[in-house]
Amino acid sequence: MAAPMDPALARLVDGVQTARAVKGTLDIRGGGTKAFYGETARGEPLDVQELSGISCYEPSELVVTVRAGTPLAELEAVVAEKGQCLPFEPPRFAPGGTVGGMVAAGLAGPARPTAGTVRDYVLGVTLLSGRAEVLTFGGQVMKNVAGYDVSRVLAGSLGMLGVLCEVSLKVLPLPAATATLRFEMAQPAALRTLNEWAGQPLPLTGSAWWDGMLVVRLAGARAAVKAAATRLGGEAIEPALAATFWAGLRDHLDEFFVGAKKAAQGAAALWRVSLPQTAPPLTLSGEQLVEWGGAQRWLATSTPAAAVREAAQRLGGHATLFYSSDRSIPVFTPLAPPLATIHERLKNAFDPDRVFNAGRMFPKL
Amino acid sequence: MNDVAPDRVQRQVEVVAALRAVLPKHALLWRGEDTGPYECDGLTAYRALPLVVALPENEEQVAAVLKACHRLDVPVVARGAGTGLSGGALPHTLGVTLSLAKFNRILKVDPLARTATVQCGVRNLAISEAAAPHGLYYAPDPSSQIACTIGGNVAENSGGVHCLKYGLTLHNVLRVRGYTADGEPVEFGGEALDAPGLDLLALVIGSEGMLAVATEVTVRLVPKPLVARCIMASFDDVRSAGDAVANIIAEGIIPAGLEMMDKPMTAAVEGFVHAGYDLDAAAILLCESDGTPEEVEEEIGRMLDVLAGSGASRMEVSRDEMQRLRFWSGRKNAFPASGRISPDYMCMDSTIPRKRLAEMLEAIVEMEAKYGLRCVNVFHAGDGNLHPLILFDANVPDELHRAELFGAEILEKSVALGGTVTGEHGVGVEKLGSMCVQFSPEELEQMRTLKAAFDPKGLLNPGKVIPTLVRCAEGGKMHVKKGLLPFPELERF
Repeated sequence: MAAPMDPALARLVDGVQTARAVKGTLDIRGGGTKAFYGETARGEPLDVQELSGISCYEPSELVVTVRAGTPLAELEAVVAEKGQCLPFEPPRFAPGGTVGGMVAAGLAGPARPTAGTVRDYVLGVTLLSGRAEVLTFGGQVMKNVAGYDVSRVLAGSLGMLGVLCEVSLKVLPLPAATATLRFEMAQPAALRTLNEWAGQPLPLTGSAWWDGMLVVRLAGARAAVKAAATRLGGEAIEPALAATFWAGLRDHLDEFFVGAKKAAQGAAALWRVSLPQTAPPLTLSGEQLVEWGGAQRWLATSTPAAAVREAAQRLGGHATLFYSSDRSIPVFTPLAPPLATIHERLKNAFDPDRVFNAGRMFPKL
Repeated sequence: MNDVAPDRVQRQVEVVAALRAVLPKHALLWRGEDTGPYECDGLTAYRALPLVVALPENEEQVAAVLKACHRLDVPVVARGAGTGLSGGALPHTLGVTLSLAKFNRILKVDPLARTATVQCGVRNLAISEAAAPHGLYYAPDPSSQIACTIGGNVAENSGGVHCLKYGLTLHNVLRVRGYTADGEPVEFGGEALDAPGLDLLALVIGSEGMLAVATEVTVRLVPKPLVARCIMASFDDVRSAGDAVANIIAEGIIPAGLEMMDKPMTAAVEGFVHAGYDLDAAAILLCESDGTPEEVEEEIGRMLDVLAGSGASRMEVSRDEMQRLRFWSGRKNAFPASGRISPDYMCMDSTIPRKRLAEMLEAIVEMEAKYGLRCVNVFHAGDGNLHPLILFDANVPDELHRAELFGAEILEKSVALGGTVTGEHGVGVEKLGSMCVQFSPEELEQMRTLKAAFDPKGLLNPGKVIPTLVRCAEGGKMHVKKGLLPFPELERF
């Protein structure tokens, strides 16, 4: 009854079965553009790039089903041709990243506060589990509450639960118009202003504050963008320059990130500090870039890790080590006891022999 | 009767004694006349008397009840307002129904952060009412929003008529505080936009009370749109109406609401609300736009063009708020209107790809003849979520049975068309059989191990959502395989 399995998928299944049999560990790999993110990978590489191609794309359904090894650039180009996009603006960092890597990393760009993140757009997945079983959860429709929402928890799971084989994503129309405005403002005023604006019916879809300058992006219906731009004032940035700026922010190619990455080769580190949007400015030394209406603060600093984490937690958030030459510092904030136990049991539930991405998220998982 | 079974009586004595030690006397019910009101939720066809009903008043009591039940291996069924439509809150005859009705306080509305932190028993609409003075509201609006609680919304990942544009519960909740099966406090998500580790918040939302018991929820509030206007469009045939829906989306428009009613449904609601619906139309579409006045005018204009181009036979745009609400009154009253034209009805809730709407409706017409029963249809057309209402009379022998077979066939057809057996009502006990159609034994087993990761003893709402493999085998359901197919170049389904 069973149809013959796709050869690329069959090879992955074989790879997992073999690793299980010899009690080996696998390092799931796509384009390797986010290899720096998370703890150091261990194990034999398991390349999923062969599992490539867009399986089904129906623009009027707002859904695309794509194999995990498909280049992210290819997916973005195909949907852009139909006037659609991945609204969460996944960071690409470098050319060559895959859709599977995008989902596994679970990272989102400047539009995050209004558009949502990767998991908000994941509708379904096909997963190769640690038992070498090919399992499908979710589907290709917007509303689906049949069974646990396994597909969404795989977004940001860093491959610890299994190999993503195919994923269905919701896509949305590209905005009809955008505008970028710049304001001279100190950080406390910028934070207050961003939160006040976010509480008004304005088509605000991106923000960045650095070095006394606040930049905001409006996107949506032509009339709405025009009306909002007039109301907010500021200095309008020319469209081509603005597009480069937002892409640079998204892919960490902007001046701030170039500097931070350079500093991270020495004694400093770049931290991603995730805070409630209304949290006051971090009072730690170093350079800060504020995104997401105040909810994401990039901090380039040589302040010790414990002090950064303590400050983030005191303000109701957490800190992730993004770029650093010191691999002894835990990348993610360690979990409190009930959550740590659930993580350990979930790992065992999906990958009982601990085949996948050992230690990539937390050292013991 | 269960009540006279000696082992049940003995168990009840034991559980009542344990819970008396941690709850005030009035917070514990066990006599049949007191527990009767809890015997079912919105799915009244399934009933069971719980062993005990516990009504804790604070988190310490919730923790203590859970700890006691964990020690005694007693199942716990959490319950909000009991408006669920799939039997998710159906009591366990040997278990405790944990009513969270007393957790009804709004703890904090933060207009600057645009969040509200509320106890799980707060009603959905009460959140928007509390946020209204700040020009904000809580977007997900299930039809039962005047009664259903945020805790229940979290359990079911509830949607509503505006979720195409504003998302489901999942997209609007930041944090859930609650307790694990063994009574330990736990927090999923947080006040920031993400939390370290796996995104367990996404897993807990929609888990139908099987992974943890929620006691407190922080939701996102969004600015209230300045204006909303609605187009009511008539179509002479269902296929054109279905195409019009696809054409609107293809045009790059995400309407605030996009709903469809078929002719029999329109007739039923018109008799109930007298909204002035076009009774000659084969299908009616309601298309709503919201935002700034400029935005809405632009979008309404574009939608009118698409609807006309798709063959709409009549179009009317709401002039004011009163007329807009009148357009919606029928759609919002689809269920009570069905109750008026039929002694009983069964509401289905599958989702299919939008482009399959017409095909599905034609299949339903054939099923009406096959089962000798009528079916009226309302859809969240924008997101492909169907609510066929199968009309029957439980007093006529065999009609309930035929209605169940009719419903099961709709669900099977939905899966075959690339959809799912439940879009927003949940699996509960109602769709356990249909889960065997949608998922393979391995997939169901994976869900079972996932539950065990949160609740190793299997005490939280046991018997819901995941069917036993025995049940799937006995039902003789064929698993409809989906997902990564061997020949991607072929059109699917």
